[in-house]
Amino acid sequence: MQIYADNAATTKMSEAAIEAMNDCMRNWWGNPSSLYTIGQKAKEKLEEAREEIAAIINASPREIIFTSGGSESDNQALLTAAAKGNRSGKKHIISSAFEHHAILHTLNKLKKNGFEVTLLPVHENGVIRLDELEAAIREDTCLVTIMTANNEIGTIQPIAEIGELCRRRGVIFHTDAVQAVGHLPIDVKAQNIDMLSASAHKFHGPKGVGFLYARKGIILQNLIEGGAQERGKRAGTENLPGITAMAAALKEAAANMERDNAHKTEIRDYLIKGLSEIHHSALNGDAKQRLAGNVNFSFEGIEGESILILLDQMGISASSGSACTSGALDPSHVLLAIGRIHDVAHGSLRLTIGEDITREQADYMIDSVKKVVAHLRSFSPVWRDLTEGKKEFILK
Amino acid sequence: MALYSEKVMEHFLQPRNVGVIENADGVGEVGNAKCGDIMKMYLKIDDGIITDVKFETFGCASAIASSSMATELIKGQRVEDAMKLTNQAVAEALDGLPAYKMHCSVLAEEAIRSALEDYQSKNPNG
Repeated sequence: MQIYADNAATTKMSEAAIEAMNDCMRNWWGNPSSLYTIGQKAKEKLEEAREEIAAIINASPREIIFTSGGSESDNQALLTAAAKGNRSGKKHIISSAFEHHAILHTLNKLKKNGFEVTLLPVHENGVIRLDELEAAIREDTCLVTIMTANNEIGTIQPIAEIGELCRRRGVIFHTDAVQAVGHLPIDVKAQNIDMLSASAHKFHGPKGVGFLYARKGIILQNLIEGGAQERGKRAGTENLPGITAMAAALKEAAANMERDNAHKTEIRDYLIKGLSEIHHSALNGDAKQRLAGNVNFSFEGIEGESILILLDQMGISASSGSACTSGALDPSHVLLAIGRIHDVAHGSLRLTIGEDITREQADYMIDSVKKVVAHLRSFSPVWRDLTEGKKEFILK
Repeated sequence: MALYSEKVMEHFLQPRNVGVIENADGVGEVGNAKCGDIMKMYLKIDDGIITDVKFETFGCASAIASSSMATELIKGQRVEDAMKLTNQAVAEALDGLPAYKMHCSVLAEEAIRSALEDYQSKNPNG
């Protein structure tokens, strides 16, 4: 059995997206900036895609600019808010401890340029607290940037409440919605979102393309200088095949969202129930306030990379927050942020299921994970010390 | 290109000399759970020759494969020869390790040495 359970890393392109991309490459290959008919036809396709995407998140087309993906959008959003803050002497930014590195590394860069950054705790359930956000906002706060849903543990933040609070306090609110767009309903007006980042390949679109929503009135700071594309805010001839495919993928994801989420939630909860039968394991992140497709467990006494390679042998593609999977020395900053100590953060497994997941596949995954965990524990010196009482179990 | 050589995969999927030796003549444990790798080696030594060796490892695939290969390399060797085991020898026998996994072979060398030193401290006259 082959099961792709790493949809938070990337998704398979949908047929509609491939179709749209092919159609664009074959028929709409003109440069949207050219004035003759072939160019203007391409321009029409570009604007059509912009309208479709804007409608799905309740924005106006003018508020959408196309980028190379989530990281670029995050960088541009943060540098835009920082530049605005700088002009008015506001150099304080609030974010959370478990943001994506596209956010955290950009914040580190801003810190070197004199910005002060407050990272809110995300607590054991992986959700920020509004009272802590409110208390952190200062006179000189120029930006609050909190992700909509976490990429590792899938926990969903109270975005509308954060947006409402930021609007009331006059602070720009950006959200990295890379894991959420196409998976959760987004309404930038109702949720008071000022800027939002998205990436096509997380919702069955192609890689290398995404968008940044910036509310009317926010003057974007360029990352790429050059031509007048994207109203002068992002130079370079538009990636039209990617953009049209992104629009097609998002349209489909939005249309099927309710049905897909109901199905994924059912299988997710079934997986959580099955994996909870493994002793001395724990679900990472809130059990309910999480993406429909996300399951993330820590297993005591074993290491994550070994789990992944054994699961791969059984046909299952999954992910882990272990340091050994990335070449880093520390395990995932997300798992550390929710209070998992190193010992159990290394032994984590993330399964992110897709819409086509079946009950049979879930049974196979539960069975395979149980076998793998038992096998690795059978010769783990840590597990021996735990079971012989020489060390205290961390996960009950 | 695959992440690991076929040899690493073979030793990870079918590790040799897994387990514990009761009343071992030498035991060594290195690494810590914080870093994500712990290796424990058990030696049975008769007349200065390693007659049996077993290991337990908490760690990634290359840590488990390095432990397995290290035990294979020293089994049947004299203590003084086994003391000369290097991490390069372990990595080479595995047909190489990715650069950021070389520390796994270092850990295997250290685990073997730690077990041998334990034996020597208990048997100061050899």
